[in-house]
Amino acid sequence: MSDDTVKQELYSSIGQDPHTFDNPEIAHVTINENKVLASNTVPGLTVDVRELPDGIDLRMELEENRVIQYPVHMCFGVIPRTGVQRINLDVVIGKNSKISLMAHCSFPFAVDVKHIMDAKIKVMDGAEYSYFERHVHSETGGVNVLPKAVVDVGRGARFRTEFQLLKGRVGIMDIDYETHVAEEGLVEMTALVSGSGDDHIVLHETAFLEGASSRAVLTSKVAVRNNARSEVFNKIVALAPYARGHVDCKEIIKDNGVAVATPIVDVRDAHAHVTHEAAIGSVDKKQLETLMSRGMDEDEASEVIIQGLLS
Amino acid sequence: MTGKKTDKSILELRDLTLRLGDRQILNGITMDIWEGHVHAIVGTNGAGKSTLASTIMGLAGYRDFGGDILFRGESIKRMNIDERARLGITLAWQEPARFEGLKVRDFIAAGAKNESEAGLAHALETVGLRPDEFMYRAVDKTLSGGERKKVELASILLMKPGLAFLDEPDSGIDIDSIQRIFRVVKLLRGEGTTVVFITHSKAVLEQADHAFLLCGGRVVDQGKSARISKYFENECMPCGVRDPLARGETDER
Repeated sequence: MSDDTVKQELYSSIGQDPHTFDNPEIAHVTINENKVLASNTVPGLTVDVRELPDGIDLRMELEENRVIQYPVHMCFGVIPRTGVQRINLDVVIGKNSKISLMAHCSFPFAVDVKHIMDAKIKVMDGAEYSYFERHVHSETGGVNVLPKAVVDVGRGARFRTEFQLLKGRVGIMDIDYETHVAEEGLVEMTALVSGSGDDHIVLHETAFLEGASSRAVLTSKVAVRNNARSEVFNKIVALAPYARGHVDCKEIIKDNGVAVATPIVDVRDAHAHVTHEAAIGSVDKKQLETLMSRGMDEDEASEVIIQGLLS
Repeated sequence: MTGKKTDKSILELRDLTLRLGDRQILNGITMDIWEGHVHAIVGTNGAGKSTLASTIMGLAGYRDFGGDILFRGESIKRMNIDERARLGITLAWQEPARFEGLKVRDFIAAGAKNESEAGLAHALETVGLRPDEFMYRAVDKTLSGGERKKVELASILLMKPGLAFLDEPDSGIDIDSIQRIFRVVKLLRGEGTTVVFITHSKAVLEQADHAFLLCGGRVVDQGKSARISKYFENECMPCGVRDPLARGETDER
């Protein structure tokens, strides 16, 4: 398959108009397995990619005091049915800069694909980094997604991440994000995942609130159907005065699904305040009956409710 | 379908009984709901009004009843909620459900899958919600109770049911909005929906052509809403549990 064909296949799987990337003001990088198929950058943003036997090293640096107007697109794909893609990511967002990154991860035909990410991210003082990760998987469940990140959030800096599986079966997913938040920094991490078949979802999201008045909100919304299993271990450790945090986990189970939520709140300063809530259960009866009273059958109504929760 | 009033029963309740735990909630209710009319079921708290609506809709916990319910002559006793809804029966809850993340657009389209975007927007406008402000809001705690009631009414407008039960349509609604809801009910009736209010509000009762007075899970009076209203206000609200039917104080429906 030619690079152009692979690229078209990749863009088509994520519903992305390839002409978007004709705009020179939009930074992007498109990678299939370990090969860079397309890239563009914008002033102030440096993106260096080095191909490895089974993936890439990607270093991205944004200069200080830069605001990138349009979201940066990163398309990571494995178009063949089998393969390994290892991504070593090194990101530095300079002081008082602002950037939003849309990562499309697509494995539309996967039967046995492993996607491993190991990221080191530094969001310097006063900077803002938003990272939206959108996955498209095959329906076989043959995807292994293993992203790991350590994120340093500087003074007054903001780090937001949102993970969402848009299409296909999860397969096996183990997300492990650890954030360290300095004075008046903010972390918001959200994961929206729907599992079916024998999918296995594990979420470890941790925020260490190390600076005074630092804040974190960790939100997980998970649905498990059939024999799928989810385990959510979200943790906030408050180490400084006036640190504030909230852990929120909602999980819906259907059929023989199993959901485990373990919100951990560890507060080591008397002036800090961290809360948590976890709710696991079947689809709410009143919501279900309301939609059924408009003529939807039970499965259809459940699906609408779950998709709403995960939207 | 037109909004013509008929003397044909769209819904017949035959000796309906329901026990919840150790309490007999419905105690032999027989009732005919005439097609094309606006009806009200009134009674004090605990009379069995909402239980009756839940039983007719087939909600969980209200399925094991005695007697029978006929919709357009067919027994719906063994039917699930969605089967009843597809026949044309629906219910607007006193306290509408909250749906985390579910957009107003997707909620109101639930009963009207082939409706155009313009049709969805028109329904919202009709109930007094600006589509540009509300269409993509979530039906969750960020909407007030009154707004959720209007959203629910918009979904019923779009569903075009044969029979709609509106449970306490004025609760949590400001005075201006109540008038709008009454206009929407007229519109529903004009489009062929038979409407049944579940209420203990005189203002709502006055919008109905006919009313049933419930007490202790029984129909103790029925007739023109003006007479039932008077009785309900003067005799029932202080609550002397009496039986006006037994006293011969009935009129024609």
